[in-house]
Amino acid sequence: MTSEVTPDLYASVPDADGRFGRFGGKFVAETLMSALADLEQLYFDLKDDPAFQREFDLDLAHYVGRPSPLYEAARLSDDIGGARIFLKREDLNHTGAHKVNNTIGQALLAKHMGKKRVIAETGAGQHGVASATVAARLGLECQVFMGEEDIRRQTLNVYRMKLLGAEVISVTSGSRTLKDALNEAMRDWVTHVDNTFYIIGTVAGPHPYPMLVRDFQSVIGREARAQSLAQVGRLPDALVACVGGGSNAIGLFHPFLQDDSVAMYGVEAGGKGLETGQHAAPLSVGSPGVLHGNRTYLMQNEDGQILDTHSVSAGLDYPGVGPEHAWLKDIGRVQYVAANDDEALASFHRLTRIEGIMPALETAHAMAYAEKLAATMSPEQHIVVNLSGRGDKDILTVAAIDGIEV
Amino acid sequence: MSRLSHTFAELRTRGRKGLVPYVVAGDPSPDGTVTLLHALVAAGADVLEVGVPFSDPMSEGPVIQKGHERALARGMSLQRVLDMVSVFRQEDDKTPIVMMGYANPIERFGYERFAAACAKAGVDALITVDLPPEEVDEIDGALQGVGLDNIFLISPTTPEARIQTIVERARGFIYYVAVKGVTGSGQLDAEEVSRSVALIRQKTDLPIAVGFGIKDAESARAVAASADAVVVGSALIAEMDKKARSGEPLQEIQIHDAAVQLLQSMRAGVDSSPS
Ligand SMILES: Cc1ncc(COP(=O)(O)O)c(C=O)c1O
Repeated sequence: MTSEVTPDLYASVPDADGRFGRFGGKFVAETLMSALADLEQLYFDLKDDPAFQREFDLDLAHYVGRPSPLYEAARLSDDIGGARIFLKREDLNHTGAHKVNNTIGQALLAKHMGKKRVIAETGAGQHGVASATVAARLGLECQVFMGEEDIRRQTLNVYRMKLLGAEVISVTSGSRTLKDALNEAMRDWVTHVDNTFYIIGTVAGPHPYPMLVRDFQSVIGREARAQSLAQVGRLPDALVACVGGGSNAIGLFHPFLQDDSVAMYGVEAGGKGLETGQHAAPLSVGSPGVLHGNRTYLMQNEDGQILDTHSVSAGLDYPGVGPEHAWLKDIGRVQYVAANDDEALASFHRLTRIEGIMPALETAHAMAYAEKLAATMSPEQHIVVNLSGRGDKDILTVAAIDGIEV
Repeated sequence: MSRLSHTFAELRTRGRKGLVPYVVAGDPSPDGTVTLLHALVAAGADVLEVGVPFSDPMSEGPVIQKGHERALARGMSLQRVLDMVSVFRQEDDKTPIVMMGYANPIERFGYERFAAACAKAGVDALITVDLPPEEVDEIDGALQGVGLDNIFLISPTTPEARIQTIVERARGFIYYVAVKGVTGSGQLDAEEVSRSVALIRQKTDLPIAVGFGIKDAESARAVAASADAVVVGSALIAEMDKKARSGEPLQEIQIHDAAVQLLQSMRAGVDSSPS
């Protein structure tokens, strides 16, 4: 399906209506429309403003610690015996995941708009922590919406947010996970739209969010591209990233989209197996629909009701996905696959033991697929995996699954 | 003449304001919904707003959210809502019915197919909360094709230029969302409502209904002073919920009665409005 793809195709999305092909858009209540228009206007004004870019780049360098290394996992590669595996170390960012790249960017927008209060939704708590962190730094009031179920399984991050001065609001509606936290954050935003900036944590939501989150996260791919050329002498043969809403994946993929030789794999949460229905893999087995302000692939029943999802990792436990991924799937540029809970857990242990790098459970899904992929490739080839976050937050979950009391 | 324009024309001739209750189809139970709708008409409703249950009702406050959850737990679907309207129409061919819901169930059903099914069942108009003018073309076209009205929302944050473009597309009536926030939240500011309604009126002759934040006879009376119709949802559902949880063994019709009584008092409030 990749025919008729012109080089500037990827730069042409989203269009003026916020569309990626048939996906994306602004499916929100009228009350939010002018806030979205204001945000879009501000972003277009600042995007190409050198002063704004300098402010963003400086924060990424001195506060986040960028560039993050591109590390060759030589022992893991040897162990598998296929392609060389390189890890883009987003886990080494301040706060421990890629999420902070985006919250730094959006917090700058909030500052320019003069908003005194920020809100965020969070699943694994990484985006919540990253939002609470930038709020602390800028002296903004911060409230984070988190599903009751996720509060239970990400206790460490909940406490981190509180230490940072944020208020964590437990969401008890629906499935009590990320999707419901997003609903509740939207409800809060519609109520306090005058003084509040909503920091969305992934490339989902209404336009312009999928675009601006992508732009802020694309620093990952720009660095990885330059590092690959410098360290290996050529572009990677394949890129692999996990896909919850899709922000770390689009951040890595986007700067490579025009490089036809680079294959790309987005790894969704296969949960207990795609055949069981207990998973969070809308691109693998979902269908198009409208949720959280955009048209995208969703897990839904034949009546258009959104289904409950399951994943061992809270950050992937989401029934939708960013609209740009839906489009990249349809045009065939990116392959979307799934890794199950068990595979992710095995890869969590494997990377920890072989490389001394403990990945987040979300990231472990990408590792699980990368291991399989590498095995089918040759040592002359190399893969870049987005190591989107560190696994400290998941230690209690892993211990519980392994039957160990910490 | 459509049921909606007929109803609003009649209200105007008689110098009355309209009362529009909202309930969630299938709540408290699918078997009782049609009975409840008839009871609301008997209590003074001029137009009925029927909520289509959705798993992720993003614009609803907790009271209506729970209504959606209860209805879905009892097996409601978009098709069943349409079936209820057909049954209602066997006894009432006069009261306009406005369906209110979210895009995804309709999109899944198929816009053309949905519009045709609405026309057949006797639905008169549709409000889709998450289809703002920018996204509404498809459903709007399908509805126009079968002579139904898409109802456009205007909110306190809608800029004046945008109000103009919205009223140019609107049919049936304009729905003014009186508070920034979700259903059932916020403090209604009757003066702000009256200013906004006056502004909208400069731009259109369509009737203007006002909803969100109207919860009793007093607030209904205050809003009816400027609006052509007042919409009440959360307060009715909260009353029924309170009754249902009272612990007494109840027939469903006794639960409905809690909503009926509130609506009757609001009818009196609207009718005593000074406009
Ligand atoms: C470490 C990590 N990776 C990945 C994700 C998934 O989000 P996204 O798909 O937006 O990158 C999360 C979300 O919480 C995360 O914490």
